[in-house]
Amino acid sequence: MSFSPKSLAVAGSLAAALAAHATTVQAASGQEKCYGVSLAGQNDCAAGPGTTCAGTSKVDYQGNAWKLVPAGTCTTMALPDGRHGSTEPLTRDMPTG
Amino acid sequence: MTGRSFQADFARALREPDRPLPDGLTDSRRFAVYRNTHAVTLAEALAQGFPVVAALVGAEFFAALAGAYRMAHPPRSPLLRLYGRAFPDFIAGFPPAAALPFLADVARLEWALLDSAEAADAPALPPASLAALPPDRLYAARLTLAPAVRLLSSAHPVLSIWRAHQPGGAAPGPGAERILITRPAFDPVPVALSEASFAALRMLASGATVGEAARHGDLTEVFTLLLDGGAITGLS
Repeated sequence: MSFSPKSLAVAGSLAAALAAHATTVQAASGQEKCYGVSLAGQNDCAAGPGTTCAGTSKVDYQGNAWKLVPAGTCTTMALPDGRHGSTEPLTRDMPTG
Repeated sequence: MTGRSFQADFARALREPDRPLPDGLTDSRRFAVYRNTHAVTLAEALAQGFPVVAALVGAEFFAALAGAYRMAHPPRSPLLRLYGRAFPDFIAGFPPAAALPFLADVARLEWALLDSAEAADAPALPPASLAALPPDRLYAARLTLAPAVRLLSSAHPVLSIWRAHQPGGAAPGPGAERILITRPAFDPVPVALSEASFAALRMLASGATVGEAARHGDLTEVFTLLLDGGAITGLS
């Protein structure tokens, strides 16, 4: 039986992947499926401030949204070679091609 | 007044604090508690579904963003987990967020992870059945990928940014990134892909044969990531 060189190359890729996969599987055994424990916040009952009678506070932030500037971790993210994140658009490191 | 129009009034007054109480209600203080809970619950659901977006912009900005999103996209489903579906696109069109051009793509990654987590289970093909395929049969095969598989690409290093916000995460480097999400066990796992592997995977995901996908280059990385992710569930 003969096969085309292209199909043999693909079969070789699969064989290499199967070999690599076999070692991964050995390292990852010993887990079990546990139902009924949804991701935090993805269930339909939010425990915490959302379920308390938090009172009559004004909750409409819409009016001041346009004045806000993001102030999270963006500018503190350290990048290689002394770069930092910026809250202004950057022109450095543009993808090429 | 019919029940239906009372409900519509109630829902509108819930969203818009400046509206009067719906007919038939008299205690504005109690209604304010309900109104507040509605807003806070939805904002918290977003913050928990999009923790990296929340960290990137800070609590004050995120609260404003969540409020604006709530007005533009009231929940359409009783399932709170679906509430953030339109959040990435909303961020992309939210002028105050324009200073962070990567933010919408980070949100797309976080939504894809949530969405993948909720996708149906599907048993992976046993590796032995793949190993047994004759080369020509493999070459002509079309793969069925698991429902939890997601593919994304961004001009920004969104996976690196996301990883920087996980425990022990390293600082992100610059550049475009392509991402495969699989769900090998319980939680979705994102991995970065080479350009060639991304192109090949996209073809496989849209029903191309293995041989067609192989035109983009060597498939070892693609097969390895799919096998490790339990992502090949069928062949045709």
